[in-house]
Amino acid sequence: MGLEDKLPSGIVLTSVEKLAGYMRKNSLWPATFGLACCAIEMMAAGAGRYDLARFGMEVFRASPRQADLMIVAGRVTNKMAPVLRQIYDQMAAPKWVIAMGACASSGGMFNNYAVVQGVDHVVPVDIYLPGCPPRPEMLMDAILKLHDSIFDEKLGPNRERVIKEVELAAMNAKPTHELKGLLA
Amino acid sequence: MVHNESGMFGASGTGDTSGYGGLVRQAENPGSAQRPYGGYFDQVADDLERAYPDFADAIEKVVVDRGELTLHIKRERLVDVANILRDKLKFEMCMGVSGVHYPTDTNRELHAVYPLLSITNNQRVRLEVSVPDTDPHIPSLVEVWAGNNWHERETFDMFGIIFDGHPGLTRILMPDDWQGHPQRKDYDLGGIAVEYKGATIPAPSERRSYK
Repeated sequence: MGLEDKLPSGIVLTSVEKLAGYMRKNSLWPATFGLACCAIEMMAAGAGRYDLARFGMEVFRASPRQADLMIVAGRVTNKMAPVLRQIYDQMAAPKWVIAMGACASSGGMFNNYAVVQGVDHVVPVDIYLPGCPPRPEMLMDAILKLHDSIFDEKLGPNRERVIKEVELAAMNAKPTHELKGLLA
Repeated sequence: MVHNESGMFGASGTGDTSGYGGLVRQAENPGSAQRPYGGYFDQVADDLERAYPDFADAIEKVVVDRGELTLHIKRERLVDVANILRDKLKFEMCMGVSGVHYPTDTNRELHAVYPLLSITNNQRVRLEVSVPDTDPHIPSLVEVWAGNNWHERETFDMFGIIFDGHPGLTRILMPDDWQGHPQRKDYDLGGIAVEYKGATIPAPSERRSYK
């Protein structure tokens, strides 16, 4: 991303990580990407009653170049997918994605030829938010959880190590339909 | 046209608890109506006959069903009839064009339906044109009602009816490189199998209800 990525791992990098994480989590700028009914809840979250301004992110940017959080609110059609990807590519790094609602996360009820079965086919997703649509409280909860993970985000060599670990865990994970038993 | 329907939701044998599995039904499209049609329909038909000498040749049948008048028109005469309906009978508005797919209606598989509205006389008439699947060409009505432009593109996109003379007949809803026309009855619904914990259910098009 920048100079901080070139630092060798060690005590300096750890301190920079903490500082950068603290700064980044407190200055998230969401891009408007309302696609369907979830967008209504997203707008409600930004308006007075639920008041995203408490976390300093009530201003949704219409330009992807000024935004670093994409809240994909609604089902993504095959026709919309390249547009979504272009918007994502235009956002400046570091950037994060929330798949808001069942449709953006998995295709939801639209299991057919026209709809992308989960926006993670197109862009990397940081948080999957269930619900149809999720209420503003749930969106805010997802945003707060994203804040936490941004705060703990690693940089440089540490980040590469974490990515490798996550990748390996995903490769070794059991397929969902082979899982047994109740939760977890 | 008559089609026999039995069962519902694709259920056969046991396993259907809805009770619709035993349903037997005969669905029939309404046939030609005889005069008097009732209401203002006779007036509209008389005016059209007077204004258009080839009326008998152009109209395949007149249907009056559920208090609505539908004129089935040969496609060669569609533009002529539309012009007369607009200019002489004051049907200023065409509310669009809908497509219908009747796979069992041999040589008339694809229908285009135009609901017309006369604001002057507060009257409504519906035009219907039928074409075979092998030759899905219908003359465009954009020259008559300019607002039909995008409607015809949509009907082309969804049903594959080609509107000859349209200024730019391209897909409007589906991506430009899409294969097929999704609203046809034989178009596959698609979708993927869904994994749950401990189970996988097949894609929607593989489930019994859509077979």
